[in-house]
Amino acid sequence: MDGRQIMTADEVRRATIRISHEIVEKQAGTAGLVLIGIQRRGVPLASRIAAAIEANEGSPIRVGALDITFYRDDLSLASAAPIVKGTDIGFDLNEATVVLVDDVLYTGRTIRAAMDALVDFGRPQAIRLAVLVDRGHRELPIRADHVGKNVPTSREEVVRVHLVEVDGEDNVTIERVAPVGELAGAVG
Amino acid sequence: MTVDLPAATSEPPAIDAASDPSSGAAIPPPRWRHRHLLDVDVLSWQDIELVMVTADSMKEVLARPIAKVPALRGHNVTILFYEASTRTRISFEVAAKNLAADVVNVAAATSSVTKGESLIDTIRTIEALGADTIVIRHPVSGAPYLAAETFGGSIVNGGDGWHAHPTQALLDLYTMREHLAGGSLAGRKVTIVGDILHSRVARSNIWTLTAAGVDLWLCGPPTLLRGFESWASRGAASGRRFTVTSDIDAALQDADIVMALRIQRERMAGGLLPSLREYAARYGLTSERLETVHPDAIVMHPGPMNEGVEIAPDVAAGSRSVITDQVANGVAIRMAILYLLAGGGRG
Repeated sequence: MDGRQIMTADEVRRATIRISHEIVEKQAGTAGLVLIGIQRRGVPLASRIAAAIEANEGSPIRVGALDITFYRDDLSLASAAPIVKGTDIGFDLNEATVVLVDDVLYTGRTIRAAMDALVDFGRPQAIRLAVLVDRGHRELPIRADHVGKNVPTSREEVVRVHLVEVDGEDNVTIERVAPVGELAGAVG
Repeated sequence: MTVDLPAATSEPPAIDAASDPSSGAAIPPPRWRHRHLLDVDVLSWQDIELVMVTADSMKEVLARPIAKVPALRGHNVTILFYEASTRTRISFEVAAKNLAADVVNVAAATSSVTKGESLIDTIRTIEALGADTIVIRHPVSGAPYLAAETFGGSIVNGGDGWHAHPTQALLDLYTMREHLAGGSLAGRKVTIVGDILHSRVARSNIWTLTAAGVDLWLCGPPTLLRGFESWASRGAASGRRFTVTSDIDAALQDADIVMALRIQRERMAGGLLPSLREYAARYGLTSERLETVHPDAIVMHPGPMNEGVEIAPDVAAGSRSVITDQVANGVAIRMAILYLLAGGGRG
């Protein structure tokens, strides 16, 4: 593990459960509720939140995966555009309340792209946003409805969320890197 | 025309190891490093895998209620065809439009080419008009290479003479993997029947299919296989094996995949075939002839078909036929290629 740890596995777990309660409270139930995780680490986070809601409320929550690669605004920039990881939304979004789930909220450009992608699938009644970490430095008028942890950062720092499903462990770290554009753009 | 077959440039087809998505960060994702797609011979097996995986995502896009993503917004794709084409030209056009690119169609028959403008001048003009990617089809083998020397953007070869048709070979490979249980082509018997001599589709498929490790058979009248025996014996030395035969029954026996090629009447010099009727009788794919293939075998054809010549109508429309899948997959493959060349996948 590189960098300074800012969330332990237990804190990640508690934040996930708290977000699951907040989502149900805001929606006043689970009717019409669907979760869509943004590739890559938003997908396992969405599954965890859905499982927590299901455990508390007893009703199953549908979970989808969204890859926003084709909606990015930086394809023309050198070294941009990661490999596509796949979109899987096997249900109708019309009239649904969609909670987008991502690991880190940073510039807001990922969320802008995700909303562009979502409206191609239908017309949700509402779109909300849940993130494990909000690190600030927004470049667009976007905010999260549910936040696991607010972390003040500088642009020279990188916040890394690690999840068992992807990385083999649960935690969040922060580290200072040389101001290389490529790395700064890699998260969020 | 002789085509030398250099040693295999690609890694052995380690399909299972390279494409396991659950392995996560353990295997770094492949990077796309090609500016043009002129032939399949420069693609490594990893490159081919990346095209296939990207095409999977494009198929998912095609299944959406709105089958369009803004990945190539503001990108100009100019389609410059010096030869007749329906499916390839429309396929590229649909692919580019699905990625929100601006598409310009140039049909050489109605352009200044008829006034004697050279290929290089045409490319320079198209570049000045803002093209980022040019898809070119030309009756002269190698013409896209000349275009690539002149053009500042990306060139996609949409078929040149007898030489290469890379997107067709990639969509054929994609379709085969989709239809075979397990998706692995290694060791499967693939038979290509027909006018091998004039076929850029066959030449490009030889590259990708030998790279995939299939048991490849080329079958047709001896006059339409000229030069391929010596190619086969040279290829064997470098690990790219295929069998060349005029014995249609041996070629079809237990085949997993049978691909018929069009008899290219427009490229046929006198004397290569006694008659189309004799060709149909000796080499045409009929349901009787297909009785010896593998029970789950599929039948392919790159189109356009001469029904009743190289393939019987009931076979083309039959349960083994995946010909319409080839057309649909062609759009996904061409979206993947346009996307990768435009910078997607550079990681």
